[in-house]
Amino acid sequence: MGKAIIAVNDLRKDFQVGEVTVHALRGINLKIESGEFVAIMGASGSGKSTMLNILGCLDKPTSGTYELDSVSVAELSKNERATLRNRKLGFVFQSYNLLPRTSALENVELPLLYNPKIKARERKEIALQALEAVKLTDRMHHKPNQLSGGQQQRVAIARSLVNDPVVILADEATGNLDTRTSYEIMSLFQELNEKGKTIVFVTHEYDIARLASRNVIFRDGHIIKEAQVTERLNVQVLLESIPANDGFD
Amino acid sequence: MNLLNLLKIAVNALLLNKLRAFLTMLGIVIGVASVIAMLAIGQGSKKSIQDQVSSMGSNMIIVMPGIQQRGGVHMGSSSSKSLSVDDVEAIAMHCPSIKMVSPEVRSSGQVIYANNNAPTTIYGGNENYLGIKMLTVTSGREFASKEVQRAAKVCLIGQTVIDNIFEEGVDPIGKYIRFNSIPIKIIGVLSEKGQNTFGQDQDDLLIVPYTTVQKRILAISHIQTILASALSEAASSSALTEIENLLRQRHDISDDEEDDFEVRSQEELVKTFSSISDILTVLLGVIAGISLLVGGIGIMNIMYVSVTERTREIGLRMSIGGRSIDILLQFLTESILISIIGGVIGILSGLGASQLVSSVMKWPVAVMPQAVLASFLVCTAIGVFFGWYPARKAANLDPIDALRYE
Ligand SMILES: Nc1ncnc2c1ncn2[C@@H]1O[C@H](COP(=O)(O)OP(=O)(O)OP(=O)(O)O)[C@@H](O)[C@H]1O
Ligand SMILES: [Mg+2]
Repeated sequence: MGKAIIAVNDLRKDFQVGEVTVHALRGINLKIESGEFVAIMGASGSGKSTMLNILGCLDKPTSGTYELDSVSVAELSKNERATLRNRKLGFVFQSYNLLPRTSALENVELPLLYNPKIKARERKEIALQALEAVKLTDRMHHKPNQLSGGQQQRVAIARSLVNDPVVILADEATGNLDTRTSYEIMSLFQELNEKGKTIVFVTHEYDIARLASRNVIFRDGHIIKEAQVTERLNVQVLLESIPANDGFD
Repeated sequence: MNLLNLLKIAVNALLLNKLRAFLTMLGIVIGVASVIAMLAIGQGSKKSIQDQVSSMGSNMIIVMPGIQQRGGVHMGSSSSKSLSVDDVEAIAMHCPSIKMVSPEVRSSGQVIYANNNAPTTIYGGNENYLGIKMLTVTSGREFASKEVQRAAKVCLIGQTVIDNIFEEGVDPIGKYIRFNSIPIKIIGVLSEKGQNTFGQDQDDLLIVPYTTVQKRILAISHIQTILASALSEAASSSALTEIENLLRQRHDISDDEEDDFEVRSQEELVKTFSSISDILTVLLGVIAGISLLVGGIGIMNIMYVSVTERTREIGLRMSIGGRSIDILLQFLTESILISIIGGVIGILSGLGASQLVSSVMKWPVAVMPQAVLASFLVCTAIGVFFGWYPARKAANLDPIDALRYE
């Protein structure tokens, strides 16, 4: 067993909407260890994104504790959380969130611009390595509007990798993609996980969840089920199960 | 974040929207260009007036008959006969700050040579006259004091008069002309001075001994003006008091009476005229400054819209580690870059416009290096000032809200 990368204790998050208080998270306890590949599932509105945003230090919990790589996040200032995001976290969004009219390479370099320790030359080298990891070296000078959805998401994954984070968080990263492209993206994640990266992702697809090593199920702001995946699927098998072409031959 | 990264981020962001950046810049470009050009025009007219007045003479002091009041009625100053040749001699003897002094009498009339005639002005002075007025002769000679004493009928001639009455190629030296039917021999040609700022032709004149004008032309014994030259610029104010005290004493003016003459120095003239063009310069500068301000507000407006438009971009930058200060500095740098680049283009177009004004409209222009430097600093300040509010708005966004922004 590796060491705990994420340790969450009695975490609560309330949203105040006018007079009404929405209890998005109602006491979450969760530990994720180094090298795990965790899928979070649950109905719409059950609090998955809220949870992931807090894990990603984009949002602050109303109460409870959260330790990321032995750092107590609740006590950090806004700026310290920003720096933590830059050094320890990678985020992959459902809608890619690439800078428009900016080349893939420059999009991947972006997080490194916010790290003063990295020199210009290093920056390019690291970004190229990340693009290589997502197999997009040949597209490095393409702008987002010249790339397919799957390719854009691969650029986004390269961007999340570039600062060598302790954990990658992905919120419905395959939500906008067709099945085959989703599997290709998942195969990337799986590869990264096999190399030791800790990954936490939210998904609605059961087969994709079964690629993970552990599933965590949310309902109404609670974790209702948490289980190691017993019959873990391999993404290559899934890919082979659908025809390589459009299936109309 | 280091400065280089900051610049890279801001430059890239501007390049994403070149046309908008350029249009935003335009206000600043026009503002700065007009400030530079307006100040150059204002300064140019001031400098040309100053040059003009200084070229009138060397530390010159002018004594004119004062405005005389008799029973509350203003008598025209030219009708006054309060100045005499004795006053001139007294000034020469008793005023230590004065280097040279000369009487001046003048008359206008018709000058005739052969079949040609032209109107002109004849000036009479003594042998110091040319020195005081900084005139020189290009050919021939000046008149000597002996010729002044005997009211010799000799003259120095200006180029315009030569052009008016002599055929081309004729050497005027030694020729006799008639002024108001009195024959006068030309002994020297005056160097050309051209027009002054007020459009006066400074070469349309004859210069003769003052005695000649007094006795042979006007038949008067007083003089119209006294011209003197102070030892130096620094000495000119003490020269003024010396002359005033001396003349009050000579004219028997008691302490409670006003002078019956007026003493003016060239410095005073320069100051009077300079202050007029200073007002002009300030006025032009203010008008141009307003357009610069409008340009600045344009930057604020566009930056403000751009922050709203780029909310998701800001959210993304925050999510990958951009701190509030990084976002603030990015937007501030963008607006500073816009205004500095706009400022540089503005300075260049302002210099170009000044050049155009001077070559096409023949106006005197003088570009002030301080104005160029100041415009540059003002532009940076405008970038900071008008960029601050939009930049702060961007920096205060919450990462989650910004990412979710539709
Ligand atoms: N900024 C907010 N303001 C108010 N309520 C919010 C806000 N963000 C989330 N909520 C509420 O919190 C609850 C959990 O939302 P969350 O986005 O975490 O759901 P989710 O599990 O990600 O759903 P989905 O699968 O549809 O993405 C919902 O009831 C939602 O309405
Ligand atoms: Mg969600």
